Amino acid sequence: MTTIDPAAAVRPGTPVAPPKHLVELTVDGETVRVAEGTTVLQACRSAGHDDIPTLCYGDTLTPKNACRVCMVEVEGSRTLVPSCSRTVDAGMVVRTDTERVRHSRRMVLEFLGSSTDLSVAANVGRWNEEYGVDTERYGSERATKAQPVVRDNELYVRDYEKCILCYKCVDACGSQWQNTFAIAVAGRGFDARIAAEYDAELPDSACVYCGNCIAVCPTGALMFTTEHDMRAAGNWDESRQTQTDTICPYCGVGCQLTLHVQDASIVKVTSPSDHSVTHGNLCIKGRFGFQHVQNRD
Amino acid sequence: MVGLATVFGAGGGTSSYAEIEEADVVVLWGSNARNAHPIFFQHVLKAVRRGARLYVVDPRRSETAQWADLWLGNHVGTDIALSHTIAREIIHAGLANTDFIGRATTGFDEYLATVEEWTLERGEAVTGVPADAIRELAHAYATADRAQLCWTLGITEHHNGVDNVLALINLALLCGHVGRHGAGLNPLRGQNNVQGGGDMGAIPNRLAGFQDILDPDVRERFGSAWGVTIQDRYGWHLTQMFEAMERGDLRAVYVIGENPAQSEADKEHTVELLRGLDHLVVQDIFLTRTAELADVVLPGSASWCESEGTVTNSERRVQRTRKALDPPDGARDDIQIILDVCRRLGHDWQYGDTPRDVAEAVWDEVRSLSPMHAGMSYARLEELNGIQWPCPHDDRLEPSYLHGRLWADDPAERGRLAPFSPVVDDPPVEGLSEAFPLRLTTGRRLDSYNTGVQSGGFSNPLRHGESIDVSPEDAARLGVVDDEWVRVTSPRGALTAPVRIDPVLRPGLVFMTFHFPEQVDTNVLTIDATDPKSGTAEFKAAAVRIEKLDV
Repeated sequence: MTTIDPAAAVRPGTPVAPPKHLVELTVDGETVRVAEGTTVLQACRSAGHDDIPTLCYGDTLTPKNACRVCMVEVEGSRTLVPSCSRTVDAGMVVRTDTERVRHSRRMVLEFLGSSTDLSVAANVGRWNEEYGVDTERYGSERATKAQPVVRDNELYVRDYEKCILCYKCVDACGSQWQNTFAIAVAGRGFDARIAAEYDAELPDSACVYCGNCIAVCPTGALMFTTEHDMRAAGNWDESRQTQTDTICPYCGVGCQLTLHVQDASIVKVTSPSDHSVTHGNLCIKGRFGFQHVQNRD
Repeated sequence: MVGLATVFGAGGGTSSYAEIEEADVVVLWGSNARNAHPIFFQHVLKAVRRGARLYVVDPRRSETAQWADLWLGNHVGTDIALSHTIAREIIHAGLANTDFIGRATTGFDEYLATVEEWTLERGEAVTGVPADAIRELAHAYATADRAQLCWTLGITEHHNGVDNVLALINLALLCGHVGRHGAGLNPLRGQNNVQGGGDMGAIPNRLAGFQDILDPDVRERFGSAWGVTIQDRYGWHLTQMFEAMERGDLRAVYVIGENPAQSEADKEHTVELLRGLDHLVVQDIFLTRTAELADVVLPGSASWCESEGTVTNSERRVQRTRKALDPPDGARDDIQIILDVCRRLGHDWQYGDTPRDVAEAVWDEVRSLSPMHAGMSYARLEELNGIQWPCPHDDRLEPSYLHGRLWADDPAERGRLAPFSPVVDDPPVEGLSEAFPLRLTTGRRLDSYNTGVQSGGFSNPLRHGESIDVSPEDAARLGVVDDEWVRVTSPRGALTAPVRIDPVLRPGLVFMTFHFPEQVDTNVLTIDATDPKSGTAEFKAAAVRIEKLDV
């Protein structure tokens, strides 16, 4: 068991975090105690409810409340509540799996699935079965915004047919992490879309190709070129992939890399979002600079 | 590393990345972290977003400087002058932490005498930084509750790099910004595992855990573990090795994972020395230019993804590297190569069968010999995503910052006090002249790394190849335009390179990288004046002239 040296707490200048009160609430009839300030989603997960769907939620990002797929029922609340952003109150009674909740999730998934391509979004296939989603029931005239994949650089592709406008890439590129501000939402209403600096070509934009937008994208709209091309060729097979954690070979910061390897090749690089050095972020060298171990001619 | 070890006895940054986020003032000195250490800079940006003030000291108004509340654009090689001016201002404004100075330091009076001549006016005249800006930084740093002072190669790659570091450490001692949570001194290591190399004793004077090779007890402990007698004298650092080659005292060299034929300053001379050896062995993952000169090449594996082990980062975090790929045919695990060489030399050391078992057994040996690593089992390193040294105990962690002892009331606990270093201003070895009127400094670009052996493997939209970056003013004066090839000449050599006009440069300052030696061999120009204390060369300051090519 690991403990922190108690002597450290009395050093001058050591901040002492204010004590956090524990808050008691009920999740699906079960009593849960969590620290004040915890979100309902975190409280539910700590109680073992790992099955609440989320798309726009990212554990390193401020909740955006964009996708509405994580809604739960809170007693006394007129409307359903987005669990990703609502913080717990003492005595809160939360229900995660009522008919109303299930109906809401089904509608959200059907609307998103009928207007965008969620075929490679993690977990969506499973949720579709779980909630009886039928994206075809709105007919063939559904509002899918079919558009060509944008391939304007060697490192990653942008497939906006898959974009659900969750804003995670905007936030990751913006003030929450990367502070590069190459990604913005352009247009309004039905015309709203993710764009490079409102309306620039990516290579002309401020983009530094860190790929931190790819890391947070929940639907595969932003994707390594390697992964995109392997999927297109039918070769992408996660069951044949290994994930190995190691440390980036470039500068001395020590970013932890997760190497996704298929058929003896690195096909994608991520970083754990709970790592104290990276919080899931990398730079262009860490994310894409692995080719030198694969150029074997 | 040498500077911190001299003052505090441990050659490592004193804080953690997470603590940077909690600082009130962050000073980045000679560091373009935005491009050279991008993920570290995200921690700095967290502090900035929280309201911390950021000060950047750099001759170039780099992308890092563009995030600063205040940029101090000093002349290349005037860091000690600037530090001393800041110190004098702090002292005269009554902002020095006299309690900490009295409790934890020695040599203040001599330091005081050294800095006394550095008035704001003199500082401005020598460094080129306006007196008001120097005053603002001095007051902000001294009055902050928690201040971080971080530096990179802009401080160390000088002929007096260690003195530069000592001058920065003086400021922290003056204000008590060390040994506390959130306040510290942090060198950002330019290369993966530079910190770990030192930790493991891959320096001429220490064994693993910074244990002095002159200490007979240390030699005895390591010697009995290895079954050898350990020499009772310091070895040579890189510069001394080249000097020994020059004298003919060093005749055989074993190079592992370095490319000195391209990375060393004044490279033509370096290649000449390597060619003159009786025997050169190179162990590398590529057939580098250095390997091409070798008598024997031992193909190694990429340590970060083809073998098992540990590295240490700039916050002293020992981290596991793991094997994800098999090395190419014929390439072998570096530990196995070294063990085979040892076997031929009469030491049949057995560490295990699989690469992981071998790496862990070697590591456990380190833990048994180096107290500061004793508590870091592989299991704990995995569970905690790496552990910062020191970690002497396997059941607890130490504070995330170093040298808290300096604040202790009990003199015994306080231990060896931290000495001020009365270093003196010493401009770059190569002054500017009529024949060589421009100051060439060097650095990195975001997407590339060192001599490009690794980063050359992938292409990307940011890469534009090597260039000689000049200020708009100098470009106009020279009558050159973007992409125009020009001749660049230093007292050592000449090359041609395309011009890139870059407004981050001031008149008189030009910039290049080392990333594309096959295209433009920058180290033809750089000066091999080195710091006698660390062996680091003055890559940051050469004198050059730029001429238009004949049409």
